[in-house]
Amino acid sequence: MLWLGVAYLGALGALFLAAFWTTNEFTGDLVKVFTLDNFRQLLQLPVYRTITARTLGVAVLVTLVDAALALPVAFFMAKVARPGLQRLLVIAVLMPLWASYLVKAYAWRGMLSQSGPLSWLGISPGYGLTGLVVTLAYLWLPYMILPVYAGLQKLPDSLLEASADLGAPALTTFRRVVLPLVFPALVAGSIFTFSLTMGDYIAVKIVGGPTQMLGNVVADNYGVANNLPFAAAYAVVPVLVMLGYLGVVRRTGALENL
Amino acid sequence: MTMSRGLRAFLVGCTAVVLTIVYVPLALVLLNSFNVSKSFAWPPSGLTLRWWQAAGHSTGARHALLVSVEVGLLATAVSLVLGTMAALALQRARFFGRNAVSLLIILPIALPGIVTGLALNNAFTSLFGLQLGFFTIVVAHATFCIVTVFNNVQARLRRMSESLEEASADLGARPFTTFRLVTFPLLRSALLAGGLLAFALSFDEIIVTTFTAGGHEQTLPIWIFQNLFRPNQTPVVNVVAAALIVLSAVPIWLAQRLSQEVEGAVSAAP
Amino acid sequence: MKHPRRVAALAAVAALALAVSGCGSSSGSGGKKSAAGFTAPDVPMAKKLGTKEGAVSILAWPGYAEDGSNDPKTDWVTPFEKATGCQATVKYFGTSDEAVNLIKTGDYDVVSASGDATLRLIAGGDVAPVNTSLLTNYGDIRSFLKDQPYNSVDGQMYGMPQGWGANLLTYNPDVVKPAPTSWSSVFESSSPYAGKITPYDSPIYIADAALYLMNTNPDLGIKNPYALDKEQLAKAVAVLKAQRPQVSEYWSDYLKQQQAFESGDSVIGTSWQFIVNLIDADKKPIKAILPDEGSTGWSDTWMIAAKSKHPNCAYAWLDYIGGPDGNAASAYYFGEAPANTKACDVIATTDKDPSFCDTFHAADEAYAKKLWYWTTPVSDCLDGRTKVKCTTYADWTQAWTEIKG
Repeated sequence: MLWLGVAYLGALGALFLAAFWTTNEFTGDLVKVFTLDNFRQLLQLPVYRTITARTLGVAVLVTLVDAALALPVAFFMAKVARPGLQRLLVIAVLMPLWASYLVKAYAWRGMLSQSGPLSWLGISPGYGLTGLVVTLAYLWLPYMILPVYAGLQKLPDSLLEASADLGAPALTTFRRVVLPLVFPALVAGSIFTFSLTMGDYIAVKIVGGPTQMLGNVVADNYGVANNLPFAAAYAVVPVLVMLGYLGVVRRTGALENL
Repeated sequence: MTMSRGLRAFLVGCTAVVLTIVYVPLALVLLNSFNVSKSFAWPPSGLTLRWWQAAGHSTGARHALLVSVEVGLLATAVSLVLGTMAALALQRARFFGRNAVSLLIILPIALPGIVTGLALNNAFTSLFGLQLGFFTIVVAHATFCIVTVFNNVQARLRRMSESLEEASADLGARPFTTFRLVTFPLLRSALLAGGLLAFALSFDEIIVTTFTAGGHEQTLPIWIFQNLFRPNQTPVVNVVAAALIVLSAVPIWLAQRLSQEVEGAVSAAP
Repeated sequence: MKHPRRVAALAAVAALALAVSGCGSSSGSGGKKSAAGFTAPDVPMAKKLGTKEGAVSILAWPGYAEDGSNDPKTDWVTPFEKATGCQATVKYFGTSDEAVNLIKTGDYDVVSASGDATLRLIAGGDVAPVNTSLLTNYGDIRSFLKDQPYNSVDGQMYGMPQGWGANLLTYNPDVVKPAPTSWSSVFESSSPYAGKITPYDSPIYIADAALYLMNTNPDLGIKNPYALDKEQLAKAVAVLKAQRPQVSEYWSDYLKQQQAFESGDSVIGTSWQFIVNLIDADKKPIKAILPDEGSTGWSDTWMIAAKSKHPNCAYAWLDYIGGPDGNAASAYYFGEAPANTKACDVIATTDKDPSFCDTFHAADEAYAKKLWYWTTPVSDCLDGRTKVKCTTYADWTQAWTEIKG
């Protein structure tokens, strides 16, 4: 157990150590001499700031969309549906997790195409940021629904009834009672949607059009350019973001709702 | 529970719409597996069973499926053991750095896959000098699967009173006997839910796998990825995906059968 | 994966070619001097063939050595095994980089190497010179694929050519009117097809812009699209940055490309002949041309590992895959011009596709000469300039990120 923790931390540490190295232009080998060049490049070239900002924006949007979709569904599952239906719904939500991620992404490519099923309905976002947000929100939705559903299940019915008895309209009950109590679960779900979005580079290629995200730059620098140090340096960005996020949400008790 | 009719209708509507959105692309995959066009042209120009036949003959797909199942089972087994141990340790013991350990377990799933993948790849190849392959995939998958077991077990432990275990100890049972006869049965459904989710995570993982699989082993997602780039293979990929969607009902159904209370436990996941 | 990842690995090659040119003099005196100025290490060449070892380990691009495991009908490895008694194990690799690393393990006998890996393998002493007199089918290989700078050193061949292909200017004739004749259709700044242009997604695509500049802006002095100094690279990047807002998507896998052309999401861009054929087979409007100014392309060669444990079976494989049947099957499946002259007849009869070789211009030397085969940009300029340093693949990668923004 501890071994795994140590190994994982060690791996992360080694990676970030590599961020301070560089590759020898001559042999392609790692040059293990401390340098800040990678980080300097990251900070100085505006393109990396743009990409980081874009990635964060997409991650936030995807999270919001998922939260908005997950809340009513999870609420229905946890509080309205009868046990039989409830079980069925849990299966219905879990099932898509088994269909291949790639195939789902390609299915959305078909949906979003200018001559695809969506354009029949008069909607044709095409490939690009919009399509990307839609697809990612779709892919990660179960990861949001499940924790929120679990959180809502723990919420006693009596609270909702008390609120209603006191004459609160549904919206008020939702805002004043449900939301605060289910918030940690929402945050737990958002950890998934956020981190999955930030690390994705495959769906981006499939539905993102010419868009480029953080994951693509890291993957390209490692796989295409054979520049591990730079990839490692850029990978520091999502790690910092996630650590910061985890730090902020720790107080909400979200981590125990994962 | 009492609820206004309007609200109820709204919730039913929302759920119906979301589920429709979830299933339409999956239906499209299923439909496309019969599509005559090799690039899933819409609308389908005709229907055929050819691809299903082709997929049935694809030993590559079968082998990849086998690898995926093996990796999934092994990774799940490892995470079940380690995740339970970790949860027990954290719940029962109050030691310094408890929060840090809990954070550590969450980290592999909370950090983007590309970071985990890159870090493990770097560690496997340059630190440990391992050849990437089956073993490294299992280790990598177990790393991010532990958290699902850990959280499920931890949630269950929190609801479970310690008095049962204490009673067992008072009656003279050794710690292991207590675990076997008292703790484990209480944890079973949590383990099932956590294990199921761990398996699902491992089964569809592609990013970390890409970085830790090397050139030799192919899990199903990697096979799919590679075959999307091979001429005339994409329809077969679609068939495999369609079959998977249908087959995925089996483990979930099994889980339901195995434990009546599983829906309560699944609800504690992920 | 097919071509995309092959380009993907150019970088490492860059570094190596450099290393080679830098310390060539330190290699053995018996080595051979290449045109690019490096000396190949002295790896012994087979003088004659002996008893076959009964096994051969093949390292191949997916699609070059199919053994029926993906589709029982796609199998040209089994006939080879039956004919030679060499049991083949096939490993696929995703990038040239991966191939080079795997060959170094000594576990493999033969490898299908692209132009971006060949020199690296030769210079690293990882592959042996090939005694072409031991290959009965070598005589049937098209002459313009022999003794090329990417597969030979100083007149010594290092392998058996497999096939080649061009990056074509591809368009939807229903939409793109009048028909384009030059790459300027995708590079000019205010294209009528803005938002529907699809370039190839790789830093190597910068060479396409450089090729365009070579013709439209001769004052820049670009002689080889893979040899760009800082200023020339900046100009090529500017062309691509102007193209960026008009791009529908950068493509890297053929399915994406095929879908986009069929659905109308893209109407003009770079593509490959076999993708065009697939679209054509779906009865969608598509046309592809090689503009007069030429284009970029790829050319692959089968090589034998220096540490091969089964050299005789390795020679047997090279002879088979470069022979009429093996070459026909692999080139037909892969979708490229076969290297063997007799492969065309085989494709015409076995696959009932008599026009295949014409479509791929397999016999057209003039056509092949118009192509600039993918080569790794290195800092010692490939066009022979010595006064300036050229930009490397690392620079190109950086630039590519900035272009996409």
